[in-house]
Amino acid sequence: MGIRETFLPWPVFRQVRSMVAAGDRLARGAAARSSRTDQLKPRTMTADRVVGSVCPYCAVGCGQLVYVKGEQVVQIEGDPASPVSRGRLCPKGAATKQLVTNPLRETRVRYRRPHGTDWEDLDLDRALDMIADRVIATRAQTWADRDEQGRRLRRTMGIAALGGATLDNEENYLIKKLGTALGAVQIENQARI
Amino acid sequence: MAECHPVGFQWVMEAKARGATLIHIDPRLTRTGALADLHVPIRAGTDIALLGGLINYVLSNGLEFREYVVNYTNAATIINEEFKDTEDLDGLFSGWRDDTSSYSSDSWQYEGVRVASAAGKRQQGAKQAREAVEQRAYQRHATERGHEHGSHGAALEDLHKLRRDETLEHPRCVFQLLKRHYRRYTPEMVARICGIPEALFGQLARAVTENSNRNRTTAWAYAVGWTQHTVGVQYIRAASVLQLLLGNIGRPGGGILALRGHASIQGSTDIPTLYNLLPGYLPMPHPDSHGSLDEYVADDSAETGYWGNMRAYAVSLLKAYWGDAATADNDFCFDYLPRITGDHSTYQTVQAQLDGTCKGYFLNGQNPAVGSANARAQRLGMANLDWLVVRDFALIESATWWKDGPEIESGELRTEEIATEVFFLPAAAHTEKDGSFTNTQRMLQWHQKAVEPPGDARSDLWFWYHLGRRIRAKLAGSTNERDRPILDLNWHYSTSGPNSEPSAEEVLQEINGRRGDGSCLSTYEELTDDGSTACGCWIYCGSYAGGVNQTARRKPHTEQNWVAHEWGWAWPANRRLLYNRASADPQGRPWSERKAYVWWDAEKKKWTGHDVPDFQPTKPPDYRPPEGAKRQDALSGVDPFIMQADGKGWLYVPAGLSDGPLPTHYEPQESPVPNLLYGQQQNPARQLSRRRDVDPYQPSGDDRGSQVFPYVLTTYRLTEHHTAGGMSRWLPYLSELQPEMFCEVSPELAAAVGLDHLGWATIVTARSAIEARVLVTDRMVPVRVHDRIVHQVGLPYHWGRNGITTGDSANDLTHMSLDPDVHIQEVKALTCDIRPGRRPRGPDRRRLIAEYQQQAGLVAATGTAHRTTERHGEPA
Repeated sequence: MGIRETFLPWPVFRQVRSMVAAGDRLARGAAARSSRTDQLKPRTMTADRVVGSVCPYCAVGCGQLVYVKGEQVVQIEGDPASPVSRGRLCPKGAATKQLVTNPLRETRVRYRRPHGTDWEDLDLDRALDMIADRVIATRAQTWADRDEQGRRLRRTMGIAALGGATLDNEENYLIKKLGTALGAVQIENQARI
Repeated sequence: MAECHPVGFQWVMEAKARGATLIHIDPRLTRTGALADLHVPIRAGTDIALLGGLINYVLSNGLEFREYVVNYTNAATIINEEFKDTEDLDGLFSGWRDDTSSYSSDSWQYEGVRVASAAGKRQQGAKQAREAVEQRAYQRHATERGHEHGSHGAALEDLHKLRRDETLEHPRCVFQLLKRHYRRYTPEMVARICGIPEALFGQLARAVTENSNRNRTTAWAYAVGWTQHTVGVQYIRAASVLQLLLGNIGRPGGGILALRGHASIQGSTDIPTLYNLLPGYLPMPHPDSHGSLDEYVADDSAETGYWGNMRAYAVSLLKAYWGDAATADNDFCFDYLPRITGDHSTYQTVQAQLDGTCKGYFLNGQNPAVGSANARAQRLGMANLDWLVVRDFALIESATWWKDGPEIESGELRTEEIATEVFFLPAAAHTEKDGSFTNTQRMLQWHQKAVEPPGDARSDLWFWYHLGRRIRAKLAGSTNERDRPILDLNWHYSTSGPNSEPSAEEVLQEINGRRGDGSCLSTYEELTDDGSTACGCWIYCGSYAGGVNQTARRKPHTEQNWVAHEWGWAWPANRRLLYNRASADPQGRPWSERKAYVWWDAEKKKWTGHDVPDFQPTKPPDYRPPEGAKRQDALSGVDPFIMQADGKGWLYVPAGLSDGPLPTHYEPQESPVPNLLYGQQQNPARQLSRRRDVDPYQPSGDDRGSQVFPYVLTTYRLTEHHTAGGMSRWLPYLSELQPEMFCEVSPELAAAVGLDHLGWATIVTARSAIEARVLVTDRMVPVRVHDRIVHQVGLPYHWGRNGITTGDSANDLTHMSLDPDVHIQEVKALTCDIRPGRRPRGPDRRRLIAEYQQQAGLVAATGTAHRTTERHGEPA
């Protein structure tokens, strides 16, 4: 047993020693450090890359920096360069990493057949195909070309959509564009709620 | 603001540190109030009475910013002599029609000027035809016309005939009408209606008016709860009237700031997923007078102001949608647009689901089973669908109601009997896709994709692009005429990566707009109506100027001026403050050195300043339009409100609103007290649902049975959760910070009802009963209103049955009565009962509701009278 494995690492000894040697009277400086402490590096330093982003919660629009390592999000912090937020995030914004890396996120398609009592698995490609079929069928079934006075309607009242307001502008643009081409006028959003 | 927009609130605290006075008006004392100089408790649902009180204080003490008011608002404009005010008709304006339960706004007009009815104009020769057209125009106006004027006021004809009295003395000028309309909104009346003591009102009124002049400006910030009333639009209008009178619009440090609650809720309005609008606030066409592009443009376009360029915006949009298929010969495919014929908003959709006419439903990151008013009606509606597609991060309540919803527990629905087919598709997070959000100040900011989404998770860009691609493939070769808009759709975006993700950059370029050669446009001034430009949203033109994604700019704020033009991009034209011409006086000079923002540089003959001027850059302040001038050339060098046909800020709205030209205090749909100002109890034009079976209303005021629901109920958000919980109730950090549904009550109410702190309470309305932990706190202040003390119950609305923190949903209690202009629900002020203990389980829950309904004497007609004709059985 070498001398380093005897009493030297004892906290009380370390505290007394660092108080005398380094003036660390409250034992929150050198006394609290270990070789492991010295090896620790913040995830923000070891990330492979940093990606500029925006907080997805409220509409203040705080700047975020997303740190990625090994193709995983390892940290999300406020962006100090942002004139909106100057690096700050609120409790929700500060929890964004947990939002995007949450193991409770559902990552598979779930399907409930009519009158079914539980979820079933369904392939994503198949799901998209089934949804396309249903849109086409419902649209055909509920199509109204003209009103009772013969005026143009060119629409279906059988299909509706309601979107959250965390949708990107580009996503909203495609939803409205496709919905309009389909004649679905009931395309709505949290913006009215 | 400290609760729901904490990081934005840092600027309020900076201002306070520099000497600003901070006032918090709220039924509850929140973290905002804790940091404010003054907290003003108010009875929920009475803000127009308070704002009207402030307007009266300004007008009766001569405190208006006279030079601003005379030059920049319609205060001097003279109104039609047929107009009758609520002071004349005990709470109604002229034009009320009992047969349609709505107003005709004919009598509200400017004298000598008409709201343009272009279809009528073309048929001036045939009187009969004109009358028919006017009748149709009236009917449309009465039903859904109000909100069609998204970004601009109504068009005006014969503007040069408009009469103004710049002395503001004419008895029918807007200024005098305002004075008369608000003269009974006295401090004493404010105290009796809102529960704000006269001395406290005096402090508020002095602080606001003393801080509004050449040297100082006052800002009003509201969370969008202000919109969630049957008079929501008029709340905002009341603040506009006050701010215009005080000269606080278009000036730095002024304004009415909507603190919107979602990352891109502004963007969802600009590029609307809303039934009544096309991108850039172009209206959806209507079959009455929109048979062709010409009729559509003529009907909505203004001859004067920037909206006069509407045809260029509309044609460019049609070119973006239908590309080469859209030509001048086929009216640029205008005929491909579906028509609206009334209100088709989300609360109509839920009723259509209950009726069985709406059969398929997409929910894209939205949880109406928790977040929409009368959440039970939402779930019952979904149980009547053929199919439902839910795209979200987790299995939210709107995805699982068929299995474990409250109606399964109560036995009202049985899983095996529900025929709805449900698809749950996992969604990608913002870190897993490229795209832009538009924040609450109209600023677009780009977020870059950091990683690939996990498993089957995909962006909505991916979902809608590939869904469209498949539908187009399946319909290819169809000869059915109804399929032409889909097959001709310009739906070509390049894809990349393992999931074939479409390019968000390309979509933004299409939104920004391109010239015929494919290059990106730089400003909406370049848009043409001949089909040579394509632009998906005219107000976003410039977001990709020079072929560069301007929304992705991130130049540090430390390296640019305080307006920070090189961070992101704000519509329109990167202007950070709208209507900023008003920051200079009529001659173009800053109102004061301290408040200089943009001004006229006489030497260089152009507008300049700290921001991009929101004005024609070289139009001098002394420009006066020649008779017959069109579009922006019809506005003088003084007029700052360039989207308005007369260039003025509208204190009085002659057309475009369904419920009156001036904001007026009405009680909420459900209120514990009578309206002390008028015989008319509620907004007569408010919109009610058709389904009394699932959406019953409670009696109000002193009506029989109202004492069964004696307390005011208001709903709100917490710092640690987000709306209906889909982005917070599955997160351990946030769930630990706010672990349980609760209600907030005052010690006085707790003592009166027998509620224990941390115990349970059951809150009951005619719709449902929910339970919550009790938080007894003196942050909830009972208010003395009229002749009684009114207690208020506060409920956060984040909870549902799924996730890692669960609880009953406050929206099970709320109802579907709506603002008539924008169809937003009244969830910020209603009435309830509260009692100790947990709610009944199983079928007993509905039995309790039935008992309450019976006790209150509820019938189908309860609360549904538009015009108040009786009070205590006596004529009102």
